[in-house]
Amino acid sequence: MPLIPLAYVPSSSNVMSSWRTSRPVIDYDKCTRCGICWKYCPDVAIDLAPGEGYSAPNQRFKSLEVPVIDYDHCKGCGICSTECPFSAIEMVREE
Amino acid sequence: MQSANSTMKIMTGNEAVAEGVRLAKVGLVSAYPITPQTVIVERIAEMISNGELNSRYIEVESEHSAMSSVIGGELSGVRSFTASSSHGILYMHEALHWAAGMRLPIVMSVVNRAIGPPWNIWSEQTDTFNQRDTGWLQVYCESNQEALDSIILGYKIAENRNMLLPFMNMLDAFTLSHTSEPVEIRDENLVSEFLGEFNLEARIDLKNPMGYGSLVSPDGPFMEMKKDIRDSMYNLKVIKEAINEFNEKVGGGIPGLIEKFMMEDADYALITTGAISSTAKYTVRKLRRMGIKAGLIRLYFYRPFPGDEIIEAISDLKGVGVVERNSSFGYMGATYQDVVSAAYGRLSVPIKNYVVGLGGRDVRVKDFEFMFQDLKNADTGMRWVNVGVK
Amino acid sequence: MPLTIPREELMEKGHTACAGCGAALAMRYVLKGLGPKTVVTVPASCWAVIPGEYPSAALDVPLVYTTFASTGATISGIREGLDIQGKEDYNVVGFAGDGGTADIGLQSLSAAMERGHNVLYVMYDNEAYMNTGIQRSGSTPYGAWTTTTPVGSRRKYKREEKKNVAEMMISQGVPYVATATIAYPEDLERKISVAKSIRGPKYIQILSPCPPGWYYNSSDTVRISRLAVETKFFPLFESIQGKFKLFKPAKILPVKDYLSIQGRFSHLTEEEIDEIQKAVDRRWESLLQREKQDAIQ
Repeated sequence: MPLIPLAYVPSSSNVMSSWRTSRPVIDYDKCTRCGICWKYCPDVAIDLAPGEGYSAPNQRFKSLEVPVIDYDHCKGCGICSTECPFSAIEMVREE
Repeated sequence: MQSANSTMKIMTGNEAVAEGVRLAKVGLVSAYPITPQTVIVERIAEMISNGELNSRYIEVESEHSAMSSVIGGELSGVRSFTASSSHGILYMHEALHWAAGMRLPIVMSVVNRAIGPPWNIWSEQTDTFNQRDTGWLQVYCESNQEALDSIILGYKIAENRNMLLPFMNMLDAFTLSHTSEPVEIRDENLVSEFLGEFNLEARIDLKNPMGYGSLVSPDGPFMEMKKDIRDSMYNLKVIKEAINEFNEKVGGGIPGLIEKFMMEDADYALITTGAISSTAKYTVRKLRRMGIKAGLIRLYFYRPFPGDEIIEAISDLKGVGVVERNSSFGYMGATYQDVVSAAYGRLSVPIKNYVVGLGGRDVRVKDFEFMFQDLKNADTGMRWVNVGVK
Repeated sequence: MPLTIPREELMEKGHTACAGCGAALAMRYVLKGLGPKTVVTVPASCWAVIPGEYPSAALDVPLVYTTFASTGATISGIREGLDIQGKEDYNVVGFAGDGGTADIGLQSLSAAMERGHNVLYVMYDNEAYMNTGIQRSGSTPYGAWTTTTPVGSRRKYKREEKKNVAEMMISQGVPYVATATIAYPEDLERKISVAKSIRGPKYIQILSPCPPGWYYNSSDTVRISRLAVETKFFPLFESIQGKFKLFKPAKILPVKDYLSIQGRFSHLTEEEIDEIQKAVDRRWESLLQREKQDAIQ
């Protein structure tokens, strides 16, 4: 078979964290698990995970899935922080 | 050789190409009309409309789109075909590079027509000589039979997994495209057996999603990919085996990479491509009857360039003339440069360059007689034949 | 949690789009809507570079890279090739930028739509040739700074109106034409569903803000595209079998709100912004008229 330009390695193996100047930090006490941050992330860098073990505004939110920032792939664009209706995401400067 | 289910018919070169496409059971045809190729696409449209050919047909809006849509069709896993000429093939030049770089075994027929300005619809090979750098395999046909056979041979060679490069076959404007000759329409079943089902290994596959084309940096395998094109094209074994198999199983007549005509004891020879070779052969026979040991080498394959075969054929000659029916400005003729680079360091035969027949100007017996006579001067250089005389 | 758009991701992490890229969001949403039985083509554009260097691949569906002008032609060929093999249920989508659509790719787009292939054409509109460094395209709006309309002392910002490819597609009779933007992913997903349900040519234009090209802070991408709609700068409309429908935002804002947060418009004077407001209002009126006429018939 000849050497054909076919790309085959999923890009998720690329770590993008060095692109960041600041990182989003979610305050789970304010997070209502609305999913808006997950929805608007251009880098698919917010995963949805089971809610056990995360703090919550109150008991009713405990059973819901939570957004979790994937810091290997987050470029720190800040869209999640801007769009969060509950100001639950803060952009913290990287060292 | 006539096999059980083949038929002889009188047909033009364009019709012969269409027959070749039908026999090859092409699944997608996408072409834009340009004189003198129009009959190819019209005839194919006819065949599809009355069920002789089961193929999709895209009436594209430009030649660039013709080649681009054929690229799409091949990638999806379907044997595809297009045809063009002159300005049309110039328009698709970018896409020709893309087809070769993507290693797609597309077959295209090109009716060789002059490039303007000024507008000229008659025979000249500049259009495809302009494409010799693209990585496409190239053959020039001398007859309508060869035009038909080259399509079948083309798919066989191109689709070989050790080749996987696109293939173009050429026919002279009007002299072949619109002139009728007896042509044997090869046996359909023999052709199907010869070609087999089209099975592109690297086609679009949902189970294996890949990026087709990608982006390669200087550190990436860019040069390796280009060298691979070069190496694959020079897999002469694939080409020679395909020609032998075609001659044995489908129908004879393909000469090989080149055709040698009366070369056994020749003193002087001309190297030609395309339909003018027939006039040249007539002249050779005429000169032989007069006792002049003339011979002719016709290049069937132009890419890959049959350098070794040519050198072997001309090594004992007193003079060789390379005949170009194309214009490549800046230095010597295109074919001449390829012949001389093959000869470098291996031969001291004087090699001369003749430019003939541009814009469809007739290349006559007396022009060939002039060239053979001129070779006796045993010098080098370029002469434009039958120019400026009015 | 109840999600308002499909959950499955068909775009990988680790692609090399700029932080805050609208075009990355556009691709993410389009793929969610179409599902895994999809073949995507991209011409020379940001998206030809976003998947990263060989051998990196950013989509979980086949992605065919093409020459700049040939999106319309390539998707036609892929479509016919798949169909003749009985794979008529595959989605074929050409995902081209505004350069590859409004300018160099316009011919092949128009022809592909005219020939009626069952294909979806998505133009992600970042309003300039962004991949090559922010040169103007036919889709660049009036007033914008680009590197080839660099304002300067002679104020040579883009003086021509934005070429409206979506309206051109409507006038060509494309069965489904829509504009969308990444601030309203639910709306975009609905439009993709409508497109999927139609067998024939479809065209969707997605306004995709570009942080370096429009000169704004990357965190504002969604906010800016929302403002584009609320200020009527980028009207959202649909044309279904020739019937035109215009989306009227609940609150309408002055264009100044949209222009003032983008550096590419920072050179504009009050008078120029006024002119732009008038042009935006005029266009809005004509779109309203058009909707009214279609409703009557």
